[in-house]
Amino acid sequence: MQNITNFLSHFFVTGDPMIYGADASIALASIGIVVVLTYFKKWKWLWDEWLTSVDHKRIGIMYIIAALLMLFRGGVDALMMRTQLALPNMHFLNAEHYNQVFTTHGTIMIIFVAMPFIFGLMNIAVPLQIGARDVAFPFLNALSFWLFFFGAMLFNLSFVIGGSPDAGWSSYAPFAGAELNPGVGQNYYLIGVQISGIGSLATGINFLVTILKMRAPGMTLFKMPMFTWSILITSVIVIFAFPAFTVALALMTIDRLFGAHFFTIAAGGSPMLWANLFWFWGHPEVYIVLLPVFGIFSEVIATFAHKTLFGYVVMVWSMIAISFLSFITWLHHFFTMGNTAPVNAFFSISTMLIAIPTGVKIFNWLFTLNRGRIEFTTPMLWALAFIPNFTIGGVTGVMLAMAPADYQYHNSYFLVAHFHSTLIAGTVFGIFCGLHYWWPKMFGYLLNEKLGKWSFWVFMISFNICFMPMYFLGLMGMTRRMYTYPAGLGWGPINFIITIGAFGMGLGFIIMALNIVWSAIHGKKDTTGDPWDGRTLEWSTASPAPEYNFAHIPTVSTRDAFEAMKEEKREGRTKPQLPFKPIHMPNNSGIPFIMGGFMFVAGFGFVFEWFWMGIPGLLGVVACMIARSFVYNDHHHIPADEIERIERAAGRLS
Amino acid sequence: MMKTFKMKGLAALVPLLVLLTGCSDKIAVLNPQGPVAREQYHLIVWSLIMMSLVLAIVLIIFIYVLVRFGRKNNKGYDPNNTGNRKLEIIWLIVPVVICILLAVPTVRTLYALNDPPKATAKAPASLHSNAMTIDVTSVDWKWLFRYPGQNIETVNYVVIPAGIPVNFRLHAYDAMNAFWVPELGGQQYTMTDMSMHLWLQADKPGTYAGRSSNYSGQGFADMTFNVLAKSASDFDSWVSDVKKNQPALTMNKYMQLLKPDNVKPMTFSSYPKELEKNLNKAQMEGKQTGKSTDNSMPGMNMSGNNGKGGYNP
Repeated sequence: MQNITNFLSHFFVTGDPMIYGADASIALASIGIVVVLTYFKKWKWLWDEWLTSVDHKRIGIMYIIAALLMLFRGGVDALMMRTQLALPNMHFLNAEHYNQVFTTHGTIMIIFVAMPFIFGLMNIAVPLQIGARDVAFPFLNALSFWLFFFGAMLFNLSFVIGGSPDAGWSSYAPFAGAELNPGVGQNYYLIGVQISGIGSLATGINFLVTILKMRAPGMTLFKMPMFTWSILITSVIVIFAFPAFTVALALMTIDRLFGAHFFTIAAGGSPMLWANLFWFWGHPEVYIVLLPVFGIFSEVIATFAHKTLFGYVVMVWSMIAISFLSFITWLHHFFTMGNTAPVNAFFSISTMLIAIPTGVKIFNWLFTLNRGRIEFTTPMLWALAFIPNFTIGGVTGVMLAMAPADYQYHNSYFLVAHFHSTLIAGTVFGIFCGLHYWWPKMFGYLLNEKLGKWSFWVFMISFNICFMPMYFLGLMGMTRRMYTYPAGLGWGPINFIITIGAFGMGLGFIIMALNIVWSAIHGKKDTTGDPWDGRTLEWSTASPAPEYNFAHIPTVSTRDAFEAMKEEKREGRTKPQLPFKPIHMPNNSGIPFIMGGFMFVAGFGFVFEWFWMGIPGLLGVVACMIARSFVYNDHHHIPADEIERIERAAGRLS
Repeated sequence: MMKTFKMKGLAALVPLLVLLTGCSDKIAVLNPQGPVAREQYHLIVWSLIMMSLVLAIVLIIFIYVLVRFGRKNNKGYDPNNTGNRKLEIIWLIVPVVICILLAVPTVRTLYALNDPPKATAKAPASLHSNAMTIDVTSVDWKWLFRYPGQNIETVNYVVIPAGIPVNFRLHAYDAMNAFWVPELGGQQYTMTDMSMHLWLQADKPGTYAGRSSNYSGQGFADMTFNVLAKSASDFDSWVSDVKKNQPALTMNKYMQLLKPDNVKPMTFSSYPKELEKNLNKAQMEGKQTGKSTDNSMPGMNMSGNNGKGGYNP
């Protein structure tokens, strides 16, 4: 009996009222979901329409729902940190909790918010933009999602079972090793992130092939929409960068679980090697979450300036240059690790070089606006705010690139301010921009503009209140990851202002959530499929797009293909309506979900080093693969008369 | 709405102006108290000027296009304005020039920081030379300072002569930390698998706050120390005072210090010779249990880049 209570008190995280609160809310939410689904008899609907779906649009929506939930959790983490730091010597969180909270905040925001949100948007938009019926590997696409989902669930479970990781999202060795960091927390990080990372790698391959092989006839590479270009380049970065991370995570897992010495202090292990492997992935990762939003901003700015993008070819080559440079700058994350002057000089200059293509892009966006007819919609506001705010992040990035100056900025709040300036003004503004922009395409109605603008202004202004003062705080000597600070250093008032800004951002997010709820009930229907006077093919089909996307695959002859089609229509040159033909579509499959579930079980087992659970979990994964390889009937045809019926219902037949 | 955008632009410039003009003594990095920090400060100010220029250009164009083309029925709408070779070449060349203007001083400073700063005061008699060497070891969560020339050990504070270059040799016993005294100069990591060096020098006597800037666990936030710079005569009398009045550091006491904990500043008049091996946690534990203390792999020099240039010689 004593043993059992002892085990349980270590298994479940105990002793903190906030954790019990979280336990209770998780339990209540789970019960609530089960009750609602059962009461409305929605289990079958959930399984048939969503959990087994291989439709890129549904997978995209599921990615975005999951990412929004994770954004909520990561945001609560941030507010907890800011509450703790609001005043000197606060006792809201102790060091142990604070360390866990900043670790989960960083990991969740990058891996379980930024990436899946972008994957969600690209799932929705890319096949539609290139005139395809789905991605190249729809089954793999579903598997990617479920691996991400179960990886994220496993990571989040650490909060209530076993204890959260506390080595920082960068998990530097030797601190993250078993010797200095015993317990299961770090295992959750390693295995949860690993599982979702496999999904990310598969997504990279999937979209590379999709974009290269499935474009509509006539759409050459240099006629693709800019967002599709950004995803093509991002996919290449994913494919080259993620294996380094997969290997690093695996090596540290082996260190921790089986006592190897890759990154340990003892037996010739090299903690520095972890830093290199981590950032060899970590720096390209920054561009994995930035290039796609560059694509989104390009689409949105062109649409609402009512102009073709300025300097299209240069924009593409800038992104290619950035993707190349992103692989030769990783060392700037540790200029202070005793590198020789020539090494630091090389990485200083390679990092500065990134400013050149990025600067070129900024000017091209500005000149797209120039001589435009600018329309200030909510997505456009996010895109416009990106330009000055991201530029501040960019120029401070150049300052950090100068190694001798970095010796003074490194690991300080100056750095914290810089990367939030780029990741929020870039990635977060970008995903909010894309969310508002493509929302009608996803759901068939628009988000409310008034609430949208309110959430924008509140969030954007608060963002500046939150992060501008941090630059000063860094120069005053406050370092990141401090759970508290003494009075008398002059840090107090600045920290208090920062905390106000952080809660303001929370308010902005709540207004956005309200907007989603309000618009779901009262939102303006999008009957045309083209609510923004769009320029690219996704706006040429109905909103929401039918399962098969396009009744007829469009033929492309120029950039901004849909704008050209509308032009032709205005000039009265319409093509005769072709008869519908049956459309070949992939079948739904429950295997990705089940396989993700087995991965979760295996991961949970390995986290606790329960091999009796981990190994059968992995065998389950293999069994799923075998089962899949015996599925011969993996596609179906939508008959022509059903297509006609769907098109007629959407009002697309005259 | 236009107005708000304009206001935002102006608001963004204010902090930069404050930074350039109002260097209060609370902003440690902008208040350099030694040649190393000053060198870095000059680079920071130079980059701030260049970057403010870039930001100003972007903001001016941004506000111009929004005001001019954000109006309803503006006259200048031209959907065929989709490229301009000349302009594009200009905004390719301008960033290249800016990068060069920043890269040249960056590289120059990198190499300059290799060498010890010039001494600006007469060395104390107890130093026996014109430069001082101090071994720094980070241990969870405290700083140990060993003065090989004086055979003294201090914990969580360090005493240096003002105006004399000090070569801090950096080691870690367990987790990775970073040694940072913002008023005297930029930081450097302390690591178990490579020892490194950092030249610092204080212009005048005074107390300069230092802390670990790389997260290392529970006691990290309190991992602070003071650097006390003293005049030559004060330094000499401090050394002789320590020699006379402070206890010796025994191996037993040292083993206690190695336990993860935050401790108060301490002073010892001597230390065991053993400490000069700079053993890390694995080596120390191997020694305790009688196992091999060899931490290196055959054929590899795991002890760092001693003497081979780098940020520090």
